[in-house]
Amino acid sequence: MAVSATVSKSALSLDGAPRRLTHLRLLEAESIHILREVAAEFERPVMLYSVGKDSSVMLRLAQKAFYPGPIPFPLLHVDTGFKFAEMLAFRDAMAREVGAQLLVWRNEAAIAAGANPIALDTRRCCGLLKTQALLDALRHYNFDAAFGGARRDEEKSRAKERIYSFRDSAGQWDPKNQRPELWNLYNARIHPGESIRVFPLSNWTEMDVWQYIHEENIPVVDLYFAKERPMYVRGDALIPTEQGFVALPGEQPENVKCRLRSLGCSPCTGAIRSDAATLPEIIAELIAFRSSERANRIIDHDREGSMEIKKREGYF
Amino acid sequence: MAALTSNPFSIGEFLGRERQKDLLRFSTAGSVDDGKSTLIGRLLYDTQSVYEDQVRSIQGKGTTAPGQIDFALLTDGLRAEREQGITIDVAYRYFSTARRKFIIADTPGHEQYTRNMATGASTADAAVVLVDAGKGILIQSRRHAYIASLLGVRHLLVAVNKMDLVGYREEVFRAIESEFAPLLRRIAEDTGNPVEMAFIPVSALAGDNVARRSNAMPWYNGPALLEVLESLPASEDRHAAPFRFPVQRVVRPHRSFRGFAGQIASGTVAKGSQIVVLPSGKTAAVTRIVTWDGDLDHATAPLSVTLMLDRELDVSRGDLIAAVDAPPVAARRVQAALVWMDQRPLQRNRRYLVKHTSQTAPARVAALAYRTNVGTLEREVASTLELNEIGLVHLDLLRPMAVDRYADNRATGAFILIDPESNATVAAGMVTATSPLDAADLPAQADPWGRVTAAEREARWGHRGAVVELNGPAEAIDAVERSLFSIGAVPVRLEKDEEAFLLHPGLLPAVAAAHAQAGLLALVTASNEETRLQARAEGRGIATETAEPAHMVAAVHRLLYEAGILISAERAGL
Ligand SMILES: Nc1nc2c(ncn2[C@@H]2O[C@H](COP(=O)(O)OP(=O)(O)OP(=O)(O)O)[C@@H](O)[C@H]2O)c(=O)[nH]1
Ligand SMILES: [Mg+2]
Repeated sequence: MAVSATVSKSALSLDGAPRRLTHLRLLEAESIHILREVAAEFERPVMLYSVGKDSSVMLRLAQKAFYPGPIPFPLLHVDTGFKFAEMLAFRDAMAREVGAQLLVWRNEAAIAAGANPIALDTRRCCGLLKTQALLDALRHYNFDAAFGGARRDEEKSRAKERIYSFRDSAGQWDPKNQRPELWNLYNARIHPGESIRVFPLSNWTEMDVWQYIHEENIPVVDLYFAKERPMYVRGDALIPTEQGFVALPGEQPENVKCRLRSLGCSPCTGAIRSDAATLPEIIAELIAFRSSERANRIIDHDREGSMEIKKREGYF
Repeated sequence: MAALTSNPFSIGEFLGRERQKDLLRFSTAGSVDDGKSTLIGRLLYDTQSVYEDQVRSIQGKGTTAPGQIDFALLTDGLRAEREQGITIDVAYRYFSTARRKFIIADTPGHEQYTRNMATGASTADAAVVLVDAGKGILIQSRRHAYIASLLGVRHLLVAVNKMDLVGYREEVFRAIESEFAPLLRRIAEDTGNPVEMAFIPVSALAGDNVARRSNAMPWYNGPALLEVLESLPASEDRHAAPFRFPVQRVVRPHRSFRGFAGQIASGTVAKGSQIVVLPSGKTAAVTRIVTWDGDLDHATAPLSVTLMLDRELDVSRGDLIAAVDAPPVAARRVQAALVWMDQRPLQRNRRYLVKHTSQTAPARVAALAYRTNVGTLEREVASTLELNEIGLVHLDLLRPMAVDRYADNRATGAFILIDPESNATVAAGMVTATSPLDAADLPAQADPWGRVTAAEREARWGHRGAVVELNGPAEAIDAVERSLFSIGAVPVRLEKDEEAFLLHPGLLPAVAAAHAQAGLLALVTASNEETRLQARAEGRGIATETAEPAHMVAAVHRLLYEAGILISAERAGL
């Protein structure tokens, strides 16, 4: 595969007289506007940092939005205890590099009680380790606005999200009764206890995210790049051998050239067979993909509308 | 992957092509069940913009005949939508062709959800207005067309849908075209926004004239819908308009750097440009255009940048930096078209909050000039606007705001109204005319023997009535009371641990509310031994160190000013 990996900085150059801005520049400008609005209008914002590609982009946009000042809010990682070791190391390194305060929240009670997606079903497991943990963390720190890296093109209930998504005092989303959201005038008014989830990447697609990572040289976790990794192979599914996986009797991991397309908890994030070991190769692969990025996620497929149900309960 | 390896893929070439693509945002419009979602689903499907697993997940479901995919399910992403077979809220979808990227807002047709249609149309450059060939033009078709035009959507593409159900007959299409075209022209006249239209006969279900031209209607020689969408001018060109830059934040990381962060709303700025800051009217020159990627010599809308000026000016969030030779008007009274979006009807003289660019300020609707009947396009006398109604109002702003006419500038002419009690977004507003600062400064003529009005109290005391909570050391609370008193405000102290209040828990809120209603500042106080003072009003709050009283007092004044309680920044000493 012939690829030329370098893109001259001038390709994305901002400079020069009125010349049409690229699609990525338009998205970037919109996201920065959102980040700044939230920092100006809320008392205690926080950025949910999930270590994935979207979070990486969101973090870079935050650096840009507040430059030359520091990022004026902390990062929050909800650690389910099932995150890949590489993700945690990457997370700590990134927080140090950008100089942001990093908060990590775990639902220790549920983790100690042995919550896992095999013993519970994935829905209850997510409910405890992600949704409950997130709501507890937001309440504990009294955050009134929380940025998430979710995109509307990920899933069809997400396509219905506002950029400022209002949550009641229980953290719940009411998709049938959302505030109108006209132009770029976001209504930040809330009563005590209520909060807003903010999605600065709403209008980005998966392709936009990878192109931006490529053009901006944004670091992402190595798990996105193909290499030989030990995997349990079950039919089409490649299941990582990280903690929390219960192998069937006699089942042995095999070495498979693969990568992750989206990052989640290790037992519920299937890998895909792939040779894409560089950003250009990932972009090339993306053009050819026939299924969506969440197709390998086990949680979305439990039943019709499961993402919407989780979101109503307070998930991102 | 096979195709890619046989024909060597160059990332450079691919990204080069991607960079050439421009962007068009469009929304759908039309009455319930006219086929909007089906059309968008069909467009995505026929342009290979949906993944296989997404198609699999809707096969055999929905309202269509066996074997026929219900394309509406690709965008109707909520459970309630799938159950009821209607769209409730906007779905945003993304796709691109070889030439351009598209952001689609598929909006609901049901009248109850008109405000969600307005949400989708507010950022659109074009709207695809669907008409059911069998039903013709309905009241919702008119209402949506009117709102789209009012919101400044220039291109209205009328897709006459379900042609399969009327035998693909030309006369059905022509009849709708000849009824709708003059109506759209009248709408454009009424809203004052020019409209360009196109009529296309389609079948969303069968895919006729959606992504490809169809053989089913040989009498139609025009383009398919996608061809029209590809050929429209790209997203509105905002660099031609004069420079406008609403300040979002003051960036002050260290002593030697003071910049103003914002997104260029329109026009271009260059190093050395002369600018004026509104509403203060002070002028300066731009010394640096700062970004994370390095300084720029020029920057153009809609980039987000940080500006530095050649002199120390008092600039804060909500101010507008503009070209010195073409500034907007700093207005205290504007005329504006409103689309009402709340169950609770508009109340004249009630206090609302206007959110305009990066500022929020109290305002009241002084007069309702007329309501537009979207059925007849007649202007009717009305005393209020109810949910989904449209009218023209005069709005009094309690602080001057730098505005343009919406027709001249979509970014600086638009605002929303927020109800300060429910916090709901109650209206979308578009400025149609401004009156300069001094005209509205004249106090309304008071009735010499009549009741004292809230406006007169405000004019005298410099604030409106409000409840302000203060928690902190007693001396700090004293200092705040004293400073408010010294600027002419009328603060009344209500101590939380007063015995009567402790005995009767409902009493304190009632007393505080009564004071606020009378135009006074009810200070609900609780003293403690801490070194910080907490202040809350109108759902906003601050916590400030008490070590420096002047600083602390200023912070409280700022809070009250930003909450729209203190009316004049000058009088508040800010
Ligand atoms: N025969 C025929 N049926 C159609 C066509 N387009 C849509 N329909 C059907 O009309 C019904 C309504 O379609 P939707 O796409 O949900 O209509 P909508 O305009 O999105 O409705 P709301 O969003 O609720 O306002 C569905 O049963 C569709 O299958 C068409 O071209 N021909
Ligand atoms: Mg629909």
